[in-house]
Amino acid sequence: MAHFEKKQAKTSQAVPTSAMPDVVFMLLIFFMVTTVLREVELQVQVDYASAENIEKIEQKRLVSYVYIGPERLGGNQVGETAVQIDDALVDEMGAIRNIMYDKLVEQPRLIVSLRVDNESEFGVVTDVQQELRHAGTLRINYSTRREI
Amino acid sequence: MLKKKRGREDAEIPMSSLADIAFLLLIFFLVVTTIDVDTGIGLILPPIPDENTEPPPVKERNLLNILVNAQGMVLIDEEPASLNIVKDRIKEFVDNNGADPDLSESPDDAIVSIKTTRQTPYNVYIDMLDEVMGAYAELRNQVAMERFGVPFDSFEDNSVEQEEIQELYPKKISIAEPDEG
Repeated sequence: MAHFEKKQAKTSQAVPTSAMPDVVFMLLIFFMVTTVLREVELQVQVDYASAENIEKIEQKRLVSYVYIGPERLGGNQVGETAVQIDDALVDEMGAIRNIMYDKLVEQPRLIVSLRVDNESEFGVVTDVQQELRHAGTLRINYSTRREI
Repeated sequence: MLKKKRGREDAEIPMSSLADIAFLLLIFFLVVTTIDVDTGIGLILPPIPDENTEPPPVKERNLLNILVNAQGMVLIDEEPASLNIVKDRIKEFVDNNGADPDLSESPDDAIVSIKTTRQTPYNVYIDMLDEVMGAYAELRNQVAMERFGVPFDSFEDNSVEQEEIQELYPKKISIAEPDEG
């Protein structure tokens, strides 16, 4: 009995930690690669529509977002429907064509993801789509959530 | 002798704080990361037509007109319909293969046209587009099961099987410009 106890006491109780930095670095590299640092600050309110037959966009680098929804005013109020690309609201529909054309030159395989508010009227979306057609950015994607 | 000793002392960089630094960075990236996979309905817009060229003629039977008004009421080929029968109507229309003289000649010729008013809410339009996509997905799945015994989703992107089925049932969806008012 005494002999048995002695044997057990000999084994080291410490967990080997020498491999910990490797594990941590692996996680670190994973998160560094998946992180997209620059998220735009939304100036319009977007409440996604939901659909069943949706597909995933794997190549996030190709995607450029267009936000359409009621403009956010101070104090939980919303105004007229507005269009936002990157960090700024688009004042004039005609400007979209130039912005998108520039983006297309930079990234020929551009996918434009339209993030449109549920309640928006389709007329605005059509106007934007017309501009996209003029710019030549034909691959679009309507951002939707999965319907539960 | 002295030199030798000093050299031995400096040989190792202290590694014990490496994990701390890595953890700090890890936590930073953990906090700023948003892993949201962008999901949605993909579509290819048609290019702006050339002013000098006439649009190609489309036979009336190869065109399925879907009209959606601001209240979400649906009109398929001039007949009132409800949203839940749209999918079946589209499948019937696309997969007709010339059997019914009023429906499409072949899936390759079939064009589904969606037209809304400017006032139609976006979610009504998305619901409609979802039904159209659903109809095509079911048709593609069906033929994939028949030919290869596996569902359409299981093919890898740009694989031969996927392209074959996409060619068999091309998604020809036209988003018509809405009328004013």
